Amino acid sequence: MAVTDTRPQPSYQWIEHISATNFGIIALALIMPVLANDFILFQVFGWAFILGTIALSLQFLAGYGGMVSLLQMTVAGLAGYGVALFGDSGAALSLGWPWWLNIPVAIIVAGIFATLVGALAVRTEGIYTIMITLAIASAFFYFARQNYPIFNGYTGFNLVIPPQLFGVDWRQPVPFYYLTLGAATLSFICVLYVSRSPFGLALQGVRDNPRRMAALGFNVTMHRIYAYTFASFFASIGGILLVWQNAQVSPGTVGLPNVFDILVIAVVGGLRHPIGPFIGALIYCVLRAFAPDILLAFGLSGERFKMLIGLGFLAIVFWSPDGVLGLWDRWKARRSANADPLTGKARGGSA
Amino acid sequence: MTMTDTAADRLGSASSGNALELRGVTKLFGALAALTDINLTVRPGERRAVLGSNGAGKTTLFNCVTGDFLPTNGSIRLFGEDVTSFPPQERIRRGLRRTYQISLLFGGLSVIDNVYLACRGVSRGRFSMLRPRRNDTLMARAAELIEAVHMTPLKDTMVRNLAYGQQRQLEIALALSGAPRLILFDEPAAGLSPTERSELIAILMGLPGHIGYIIIEHDMDVALRVATSVSMMHNGRIFKEGSPEEIENDPEVQELYLGGGHG
Ligand SMILES: Nc1ncnc2c1ncn2[C@@H]1O[C@H](COP(=O)(O)OP(=O)(O)OP(=O)(O)O)[C@@H](O)[C@H]1O
Ligand SMILES: [Mg+2]
Repeated sequence: MAVTDTRPQPSYQWIEHISATNFGIIALALIMPVLANDFILFQVFGWAFILGTIALSLQFLAGYGGMVSLLQMTVAGLAGYGVALFGDSGAALSLGWPWWLNIPVAIIVAGIFATLVGALAVRTEGIYTIMITLAIASAFFYFARQNYPIFNGYTGFNLVIPPQLFGVDWRQPVPFYYLTLGAATLSFICVLYVSRSPFGLALQGVRDNPRRMAALGFNVTMHRIYAYTFASFFASIGGILLVWQNAQVSPGTVGLPNVFDILVIAVVGGLRHPIGPFIGALIYCVLRAFAPDILLAFGLSGERFKMLIGLGFLAIVFWSPDGVLGLWDRWKARRSANADPLTGKARGGSA
Repeated sequence: MTMTDTAADRLGSASSGNALELRGVTKLFGALAALTDINLTVRPGERRAVLGSNGAGKTTLFNCVTGDFLPTNGSIRLFGEDVTSFPPQERIRRGLRRTYQISLLFGGLSVIDNVYLACRGVSRGRFSMLRPRRNDTLMARAAELIEAVHMTPLKDTMVRNLAYGQQRQLEIALALSGAPRLILFDEPAAGLSPTERSELIAILMGLPGHIGYIIIEHDMDVALRVATSVSMMHNGRIFKEGSPEEIENDPEVQELYLGGGHG
């Protein structure tokens, strides 16, 4: 309990104060292409920013709204299908609309879908929200696999690539790194900003006490539904980037393993703050990239990396229900407990 | 009931301009009748105490007025408007407020955010995604309300870390937000220290004259000081109404209510 006390209260500034540590992280992110090779830029960081953005939409719903939705990967996949269907792809089905039309339409379609499912899901609480969104996610997977007129069935769409805007090939590692970094950063700032707006505050009120919110004049149901709509925007952005990264979208994109991975990423990182999903995604992508090699070095099958992730998930949930963010808070609390209240510096052992 | 009856009813209550009017309100929980045929009229600005033993149905009465529960039977009028089937937020937006017997607050938010939400709930821009500016009027209003309940030093404290008495005070600040016309206080003094109790009485007596309230209070001394009229409840019924003096001197009341510990 004491852990939460030490957190400085968020203020009503335009955006939170940027500390020296945060400044260092930003600088590091910007010069990363000089430090890292193409594989790391594209497969680790690019992918982590994408998965983090999708998981961010879950963090918004679960962390601020108390609604654990397993729908976010499905919304992301639907937006990805959208750009494939409305834009260009290797499939004859694609309509070939220009990027400035197919991207917004894909996001709007995914937003309408999320709103409708949200309207169903908000009538349930806790485990039932998880079940209903899981049921819809899995139904969507089977539907996409069997439907040929829209989703092109089992094969899906290949050759779905980003538009050659400003003459840049955005799928090259360095441009793709900056593209995903930019999208992730903007999404992060947007969620952080809205969390202190009337809409975001009221959502947190709904999370803490829906009955009291109604007794203050709020329409709790509408607030929850709008939260699904708002969150779908970030899921869609992530979904479109994901499809561009893989240059394809198929039923596997919205399969249940991916649906659960988003939940694991958000929970491991921490649901309390929008930075959590990005921490979780980075851990996940680093493990995915290097765990097979490490396992092989120990003479184990490289296929076992999922087990490693599962164990990590177990450990985090066991030690810190607040994810990595919770561990960080505890560490900071311990440090400030050791600090001299006057100077703020660490106390000597004798003092 | 004929058509003319209901029309006359509607006209009657509109012209009488009562703050609250309950007609034949009954609430059943399964076989248990928590409220039976309650008729209650509260004029604008009236301050009424509701007294009654544990389980008399006082909180249930509040829940029916705010819309937390729908009554099994009967009608509820708020400022002349039939609100019987309105959801809670619609009644709140018409000037009704309440506090809860067991504090219902937002533990994960700070004191100022709690009050800010209460101010926001009855104004426009509930869905606004723009952060309040430095000179935001609702934020300033929230700070005033916190000052009114003497909690300014605790403005940025997370509510789940407040002491019990402070949470009760914050309940009052939430109920005062916006432009209340009728407030329902559910045992606001329960568990308060004598100092906090007299502070509460001062806050209630200091409310502007146009704000009426109904207060549920076990402590007869508090109730009779802050109220101008009293309703006595027992077993889901109102069995006596009158001025504080009448109630205090009523032999039936003395036997039923005061006979116990207050004698
Ligand atoms: N949600 C509910 N479901 C079932 N029964 C309820 C419910 N709420 C209240 N009751 C019952 O209705 C009766 C009246 O309860 P109520 O809470 O209104 O009493 P009260 O006068 O406020 O009592 P107290 O002084 O203890 O607060 C009690 O018998 C109670 O058990
Ligand atoms: Mg009660």
